[in-house]
Amino acid sequence: MPSDTVARIELDRLHKEFDLGGGEMRRVVEDISFDVRPGEFVSVIGPSGCGKSTMFNIIAGLETPSGGDVRVDGRSAIGRREHAAYMPQKDLLFPWRTIVENAALGLEVGGMPRKAARARAAELFPKFGLAGFEDAYPFELSGGMRQRAALLRTVVQGREILLLDEPFGALDSLTRIEMQNWLQEVWAENSWTAVLITHDIREAVYLADRVIVLTARPASVRLNLEVPLPRPRELSITTAPEFVEIEEQLIEVLHEESRKAFDQQLGRV
Amino acid sequence: MSTAKSTADVLLTRDAAAGERRRSRRSRANRRFWSAVLPPIIIVVIVMVAWEVLVDTTGLRPQVLPSPSRVVTQGAQQLPAILGHTWATLQVTLIGFAFSLVVAWGLAIAIDFSAPLRRGLMPLLVASQTIPIIAIAPLMIIWFGFGLLPKVLVVGLVTFFPIVVGLIEGFNKADREASNLLRSMGAGRGKEFWYVRLPSALPSFFTALRISITYAVVGAIFAEYVGAQLGLGIYMSMQKNAFRTDLVLAAVAVTAILSIALYLLTFLIERIAIPWSFKERRMRNAQ
Repeated sequence: MPSDTVARIELDRLHKEFDLGGGEMRRVVEDISFDVRPGEFVSVIGPSGCGKSTMFNIIAGLETPSGGDVRVDGRSAIGRREHAAYMPQKDLLFPWRTIVENAALGLEVGGMPRKAARARAAELFPKFGLAGFEDAYPFELSGGMRQRAALLRTVVQGREILLLDEPFGALDSLTRIEMQNWLQEVWAENSWTAVLITHDIREAVYLADRVIVLTARPASVRLNLEVPLPRPRELSITTAPEFVEIEEQLIEVLHEESRKAFDQQLGRV
Repeated sequence: MSTAKSTADVLLTRDAAAGERRRSRRSRANRRFWSAVLPPIIIVVIVMVAWEVLVDTTGLRPQVLPSPSRVVTQGAQQLPAILGHTWATLQVTLIGFAFSLVVAWGLAIAIDFSAPLRRGLMPLLVASQTIPIIAIAPLMIIWFGFGLLPKVLVVGLVTFFPIVVGLIEGFNKADREASNLLRSMGAGRGKEFWYVRLPSALPSFFTALRISITYAVVGAIFAEYVGAQLGLGIYMSMQKNAFRTDLVLAAVAVTAILSIALYLLTFLIERIAIPWSFKERRMRNAQ
């Protein structure tokens, strides 16, 4: 990356081990270094159980690394939480709160008066295709709408970085495509800096400026690949030769790592 | 013209269909109500008739086993007295239960916030449930007299435990990821409790409440049985000593009605306090 832009996020030789008790340590993250530029969309893929979520928790300040550093806008951000908004795979909309109350949760927790928080969240409802559902309860919404509500809850906090942990993993494939297109649109309008964890290679390439492949546990960066496809992207691009070429490259590397992870799980290593 | 007419037709049919749906929904609700209420009524009627026939044919003395009709007629004659005692019992039950709720919430929250407290307190709480009430109730009267206090304590002792357990398990039902989400928003332990753990626990709380409220009535009556000036417990004790089995059973019937009423009341309170839980359940069942 060009040296004149300050990275929004820098992961510097990030390293994490868990104490399993009895003097036994499990290394989950070996050595992860990569940068994310302001306004960049980065996808992270890797075999299941490779430590992606641990990496996310460290960036979000929920866990502290055993070694290495996380810098946000040049300052160490270890254990700090105010820079990143986090969207987990489950929508985690609370059944006891209406959609607007759920959406305003982060603002309320941050100390904004309830009414103001709800008014602020309500402003975003039309853009998120949720107009008219302010007072509905989560269980009255479809899966796609719930995911949009969860994303609204994430972005309304106004944090610099969005951490999206498989946000569309639980949706059917048609809804998922709709959501990807929609996410691309709102991302472009808002110049968010976003990191997306996904298992879906096509999704990773389609949405991202760069795709990072992690190795099997302990995780390190196996591949850091630019996606130089023009934007805005349409569904037809997924069959274009440039797209397919990138996809194939990723599939090959990812499957190699997946096989390693699988062998680990079977105790063959 | 013809299109306007056909549109009107369509609208009319649609209205008719909607009306039909509404009616069928109402009749469905009606059917559900009766299918819930009818079986217990039928069973009670059958048991009563069999009992009446048994007493009539065997000629058992009423001191041993009075017929249901005798229980009802004698109970009706004594109704003002019984209602007075019922009122006293209801007061003991509700005050004791309120006391129990305060203690249970206090303990459960303290335990939720402190692991050492949990380890220290749980064995004691379990031990408290092994105390035979039959032994402790008379002692309570020796210690605290015939007033309200010993009865409130007995009711508290028999009812607080299910509530504490229900709350603790309810707090732990909170999704771990939801707690992480809250922490990522900057919440500390207090806010995490308020926004996630407390609401997550409310459905379990109401389940525990239903279990406990039925114990509460029995606890109050037991405490009164041992010694009191007023109350269904002491009334039963006196009538038993006078060999008025019919009046004992009349008081038992009132106790049962009281328990059922309080039990049903918890559903009403639940529906008002956490309407989302009810709606969510109905939604899930409909799918």
